[in-house]
Amino acid sequence: MTTNTIQAVDCQAIDCDVHPTVPSMHTLLPYLDDFWREMVIERDILSLDSISYPPNVPISARPDFKTRSGRAGLDAPEVATHVFDKWQSSIAILNCLYGIQLVFNEDMALAFARALNDWIVKEWLDRDPRLRASIVVPLQNVEHAVDEIERCAKDKRFVQILVLCMGETPLGRRQFWPVYAAAERHGLPLGIHAGSAYRYPVTSLGWPSYYVEDYAAQSLGFQSQLASLVCEGVYVKFPNLKTVLLESGVTWLPGFVWRLSKFWRGVRAEIPWIDRSPNEIVRDHFRLTIQPLDAPDDPNIVARVIEHFQSDDMLLYASDYPHWQFDGEAPMPSGIPARLHRKILVDNPLATYGRLGL
Amino acid sequence: MTKHIVAPLKEFPPDTRKLVEINGRQIAVFNVKGEFHALGNKCPHESGLLIHGQLVGLVESRMPGEYTYSRKGEMIKCPWHGWEFDLRTGRAQCDPARIRVRRYETAVVHGGDIDPDTPPKAAEVFAVRVEDDYVVVEV
Repeated sequence: MTTNTIQAVDCQAIDCDVHPTVPSMHTLLPYLDDFWREMVIERDILSLDSISYPPNVPISARPDFKTRSGRAGLDAPEVATHVFDKWQSSIAILNCLYGIQLVFNEDMALAFARALNDWIVKEWLDRDPRLRASIVVPLQNVEHAVDEIERCAKDKRFVQILVLCMGETPLGRRQFWPVYAAAERHGLPLGIHAGSAYRYPVTSLGWPSYYVEDYAAQSLGFQSQLASLVCEGVYVKFPNLKTVLLESGVTWLPGFVWRLSKFWRGVRAEIPWIDRSPNEIVRDHFRLTIQPLDAPDDPNIVARVIEHFQSDDMLLYASDYPHWQFDGEAPMPSGIPARLHRKILVDNPLATYGRLGL
Repeated sequence: MTKHIVAPLKEFPPDTRKLVEINGRQIAVFNVKGEFHALGNKCPHESGLLIHGQLVGLVESRMPGEYTYSRKGEMIKCPWHGWEFDLRTGRAQCDPARIRVRRYETAVVHGGDIDPDTPPKAAEVFAVRVEDDYVVVEV
């Protein structure tokens, strides 16, 4: 047994990023009202899979995770086989990536979000008591988003709200604050997952040509969202709000936050509500999932990168199942110092997700 | 502590500043609305010269969107990277607990009160006149 397997630690893990796959729009039909059901059928809306994770691209599902259908993560028992049986997690948080955020019609986005969240409850949470989920939030309309949070938050198995990295407007803007007020009120972290609503190019330069550019550009989107949330003063207004960057990559953060903090010193009068270094605010309010860990395999290099965080509290264990982020059997990347394993696997997730306090 | 003459008061009107060198150390002296403040001239960050900086007010906030503006002209902003220093304390607004520039006491003294045998050491040599006032800095 090597030190980088979960079993080496005397505790059970909390997997903070697991993706259930919606088989097709037909799956959601029973969860739509008559009008929207007819719209989906009549307009022949077959799927909301976005080009952030095209079903056949290698990263969307590790080949050995795929079932005979050619896809992975289609139901609760299948996910349990990997996450609970093989990787020995005791709890997993489902972050459903389906193109709800890409829809332009605000009412359709709400109808689909409601259907998706209800499907998650019935087909996943009710089927396996070890599962928890994020509320998929239709940010196209802030009132709708708040209503959906209020509706779902009654169910304590929802432990987070979920938005995409790239939307229509930077997330720190005050127009979104009712969403954060609702999240804070219910003890729900703001989960930001890689992905785009494709309102704009995924880079600030314009559209890239290739999928690999889109995926690699996500960390730039995360940087800008982090800067927006900090500088607009979201954590001054909502001091109990936590933000989790999901599938964001990890190693970019210390360098970017250093840069942000450095420039803030000279122009802080522009945002006087930020009266301490952005570095401290990020350490207090931001968390990141550890898959993918964008670092070489050399454990010494990984350990040095992790040291740059100057905090043992920021990293959360995640397999990112079924995305193909790692080979072999151990989602915990080699090189993460053993002394941090328990923090990453259990303590940090428990401290981040208040609703997991079992 | 020794008092050093910076300038005769009438040659140092409000909203002007003077640079003096005392014991090899540069000190930036500011007249803000008739009140004198003296700070070490070098920014502790990268040694930008504060004498060339802009005097600004203190901007604070309790909540995003709220701006509390006070003490107009009592903060010196380093011309290089914009760090603000409080003229009254020398402390940097971005990290007041850890970063500051040396601050010196100032005073206005009558020429008649200056002992002709041990006159304040001046950066430049002044002929002290009993009927005039002088701005001094204590080093």
